[in-house]
Amino acid sequence: MPAVQETVERVKRIDVDQYRYGFETLIDSEKAPKGLSEDIVKFISGKKNEPAWMLQWRLEAYRRWLTMTEPTWARVEYPKIDFQDIYYYAAPKPKKTVSSLDEIDPEILKTYEKLGIPLREVAMLEGVEPKPGEEDPARRKIAVDAVFDSVSVATTFKAELKKAGVIFMPISEAIREHPELVQKYLGSVVPTSDNFYATLNSAVFSDGSFVYVPPGVRCPMELSTYFRINERNTGQFERTLIIADKGSYVSYLEGCTAPQRDENQLHAAVVELVALDDAEIKYSTVQNWYPGNSEGKGGIYNFVTKRGDCRGNHSKISWTQVETGSAITWKYPSCILRGDNSSGEFYSIAISNGFQQVDSGTKMIHLGKNTSSRIISKGIAAGKSQNTYRGLVTAHRKATGARNFTACDSLLIGDKCGAHTVPYIEAKNSSATFEHEATTSKISEDVLFYCVQRGLSQEEAVGLVVNGFVKDVLQQLPMEFAVEAQKLISISLEGSVG
Amino acid sequence: MALLEVKDLKVRVEEREILHGLTLTVNEGEVHAIMGPNGSGKSTLSHVIAGKPGYEVTDGQILFKGEDLLEMDPEERAAKGVFLAFQYPVEIPGVATMNFLRTALNAQRKARGESEYSTPDFLKKVREVSKSLNIPQDMLKRGVNVGFSGGEKKRNEVLQMALFEPSLCILDEMDSGLDIDALRIAADGVNALRSPKRAMVVITHYQRLLNYIVPDFVHVMSKGRVVKSGDKQLALELEESGYTQFEDAA
Amino acid sequence: MNVALAKTGTGRAVSDLFTSAEGRLPGSPAVIAVRRQAFETYERLGLPHRRLEEWKYTDLRALVGEVLPLAATPDAAALSRAAEAVKAHGFAGARKLVLVDGMFAADLSDVKALASEVSVKTLRETLEKESGDLLATASTDAMISLNAAMATDGVVVSIADGAQLSAPIQIIHIATAASASAFTRSQLRIGNGVRATIIESFVAAGAAAYQVNDAVLVTIGDNADVAHIRLMDDAPDAVNITSEIITVGANTKLNFFNMTTGGAVSRLQGFITLAGEGSELAVNGVNLLKKTEHGDSTLVVDHAVPHCTSREIFRAVIDDRAHSVFQGRIIVRPDAQKTDGKMMTRALLLSDEAEADNKPELEIFADDVSCGHGATAGALDDSLLFYLRARGLPEKDAQALLIQAFVGEAIEQIADDDLREHVIGIAERWLERRS
Repeated sequence: MPAVQETVERVKRIDVDQYRYGFETLIDSEKAPKGLSEDIVKFISGKKNEPAWMLQWRLEAYRRWLTMTEPTWARVEYPKIDFQDIYYYAAPKPKKTVSSLDEIDPEILKTYEKLGIPLREVAMLEGVEPKPGEEDPARRKIAVDAVFDSVSVATTFKAELKKAGVIFMPISEAIREHPELVQKYLGSVVPTSDNFYATLNSAVFSDGSFVYVPPGVRCPMELSTYFRINERNTGQFERTLIIADKGSYVSYLEGCTAPQRDENQLHAAVVELVALDDAEIKYSTVQNWYPGNSEGKGGIYNFVTKRGDCRGNHSKISWTQVETGSAITWKYPSCILRGDNSSGEFYSIAISNGFQQVDSGTKMIHLGKNTSSRIISKGIAAGKSQNTYRGLVTAHRKATGARNFTACDSLLIGDKCGAHTVPYIEAKNSSATFEHEATTSKISEDVLFYCVQRGLSQEEAVGLVVNGFVKDVLQQLPMEFAVEAQKLISISLEGSVG
Repeated sequence: MALLEVKDLKVRVEEREILHGLTLTVNEGEVHAIMGPNGSGKSTLSHVIAGKPGYEVTDGQILFKGEDLLEMDPEERAAKGVFLAFQYPVEIPGVATMNFLRTALNAQRKARGESEYSTPDFLKKVREVSKSLNIPQDMLKRGVNVGFSGGEKKRNEVLQMALFEPSLCILDEMDSGLDIDALRIAADGVNALRSPKRAMVVITHYQRLLNYIVPDFVHVMSKGRVVKSGDKQLALELEESGYTQFEDAA
Repeated sequence: MNVALAKTGTGRAVSDLFTSAEGRLPGSPAVIAVRRQAFETYERLGLPHRRLEEWKYTDLRALVGEVLPLAATPDAAALSRAAEAVKAHGFAGARKLVLVDGMFAADLSDVKALASEVSVKTLRETLEKESGDLLATASTDAMISLNAAMATDGVVVSIADGAQLSAPIQIIHIATAASASAFTRSQLRIGNGVRATIIESFVAAGAAAYQVNDAVLVTIGDNADVAHIRLMDDAPDAVNITSEIITVGANTKLNFFNMTTGGAVSRLQGFITLAGEGSELAVNGVNLLKKTEHGDSTLVVDHAVPHCTSREIFRAVIDDRAHSVFQGRIIVRPDAQKTDGKMMTRALLLSDEAEADNKPELEIFADDVSCGHGATAGALDDSLLFYLRARGLPEKDAQALLIQAFVGEAIEQIADDDLREHVIGIAERWLERRS
């Protein structure tokens, strides 16, 4: 089906206003008492059977956190968060120790099915025609790690990955099973003292994914994590650590959803990526946390620290994000281009509607010689939302031959929203070459009229134009995600034309 | 004495040897054509003669009027009479062509210890030459090559050649991107500059240009060497048989 | 760095400064009360530092450290040095208004030669005879508050409706006193339908290590056509923090230009509000910096109403270990539909230790707009340099030609031929000093 027609089809199928992931799953769960203290940190660590060094690490972070204040520089507004009014640990109560998928609470499996994430070990290709020449079924497989509230409930394709030497498991397991890797890399990209939310995460993170790809290995399938917040009043603090050893390659996807609730919920994740010599990591996110209702009530506060370290020469890290959810988004997936000839990419679609606030972008920090980076950001603001691109590109003295290209475009739909661009461009040596361009515009009346005259509804026409606007970024996503993302974009812009 | 002597020249670009021992002698008044397939090193030779940075000469020498050219900065070579007509003349926004012509001409004269041109003399000269090349006056007011068509850019190169009166002109792929009419105008301009005191090296992939600028000698380059030399007949033979016969010879 | 300590240290120095200067500050007791309030605002904030978003790249606590005491009232020797400076830096044909070490110098000024539609008073007499209104602004900036507290003099210029001024007005700030501060505040009230050119120059007459804090409040009426050219050509070790707050009426053309060619630390912060529909704003600027100079152009263009156009072209040339900062912000208010705002900033780094920081911002609250910005940073293009050298230009000359062309894109926006040549002359002298 041609892309245009497909878009129209999809737009047609959309129900009026619905966050279709907003249901709640009724299961037994186990929670730590509300609030944060050293005891809670010890409780979480104890629940995970963590070694002493890990507890020590958490406690140091916690003590550090007590001395820090919340950042205020982003263009987002929200009432002060009461950090003592949050549950820091909630886990589905296991009936017994889970050793295979069959033993997982069927309610949880149902939840993931509703979300369109089959945890059964099958390719998730429902409804998507494989491209010609891409018939190999092994290529289509996606290994999934599902994180429900704070804990990982299932990881698929473990055996097959193990054969390739790839470690893909909940980080809580990795701490016990691969302590040497975790100790070496955890906090080496985002130090415990990095920022208020990252430090909080370091103290209380309960689970997340761990990936290690050994030297020279091309990970045989896409790896993926689905995050789901279910419990009321809980914060979700997951931690992801991905290490691509020399000459390896891995593509990783994450998706996020949460039930509709009136109160705001905090999500403060940390993602650390390490790429050694000649390694490449591709990290894609489709973020669809509950954005709040049409009056701006409820929704997730998405305060996330994501950073990749191109530690080795000729390494590459590529971030792609489609941000459609959350009441507030505060995230800047970044690349530290430390290795010579390393490169970083950031492709972003950030859509805000209703009362959503987005302050997102990237940092490209050029430290090594002949490093290059590329930023393509597409912001779309509708409703009464505020959408800010904030990005830093900096080349240090010794980063000779550094190059950056940045293009950030904003599209405004309606006259009650705001679209802002705040780039910081710092050149500290003469051989650095930076090019930056940004535009802000609205959808051309002429184009809309043209489409409407040819029989499209206003909404379909907008969908068409928006899809064209974000095409460059969508193309960066693995195909399965691209389709899902396209769907999400249409849904997110529901009711924006009036 | 020969005007230009290239002896056993070996040149590298980023660790890769492009010219593997090239020898070429050009005397005053002669027109030499250098032909060869893409990647044979033709443009490298022109850049090295003009002194473009980024090329490493690992062996051999280039003498110009008996002097070691490789020891000189690009601007010294220009003042000595070496002129390179670029395959892709650069655009220099904000520098008016007229201002550029005058600055360059006077810099060369100054380097040679000659007096600078007076404004009326200079204007007169530019007007004469630009008229013969069909270059409109408003083109001279614009930034160097900015917004010029392919033909206009090449005519601007010929204009400079006429103004600076060099003793050696190297024409790097002058025909690239030109239609037949534009090519004829540019070639007429070049032919008008032929003189017993001035030598030309015409670098081209196609024989077509040599119908307009008829050479005295033709050299075939392949894989960084001159593999065959002859008179203008050789160019016609090449037109018939192509370059493949030389690929193995090299 | 221990911020708390630095703040206390700085605070105390200024506190002493204010108490000791109080007797010399013009104004009635009511005006002094306004000054005291402004000073308290400043003291609360302290010198701006890098953690303030607006001052991120120009940390005055690190770069300047302390505010120097007020310069003495210029004596005869100082005035005669200033007279020489007026000759050297005056723009031929301009009507000059001269401020020496923060004091209006009537004898060096051309007040009598001004057109009949132009009236000039000093800030001093306005504060003493009228009110302290000129000390009040909506700004929360520490340096503007400090200026309100400390301003010793300035010019209050009114240009009557319909005036067509053939001669430019040039306000010249001259520093003759070393290691001292001058605080000036001026007002330009430009009426409807006025056509005028106003130049503001900052120069030194033998003084070193001085500090300038200047504020200019400008209002321009409807249907006017105004060129406002600023030339910050200070001594190499001077500090100059200057603020311009401009409000533009309807269907007016304003051509604003600033060039910084000296000073250890220079900052122009311009706040331009387009308050009437149909106006066209051109904001252009050049920073030419070398040694360890720090030059900051911070320009906020606020489209408060629909149907206005703004164009910004900024160029920085940075040599040695100099540091250039450009912060440009285009704001489009919720109802300012049909706004057309563009901004292009480019930095040319001539040395491996030079630094260029660009922050071109768009803050947009209306949907039917066309806004954009571009930014580039890099070295001179090698292929252009080679082309020029292959045509016989020595390397330095080839560089100079390319640099001139680079800054020319901003300078050529100055419409008046003589004035443009005057500005090019200053840029050329900078280039000569470089080689």
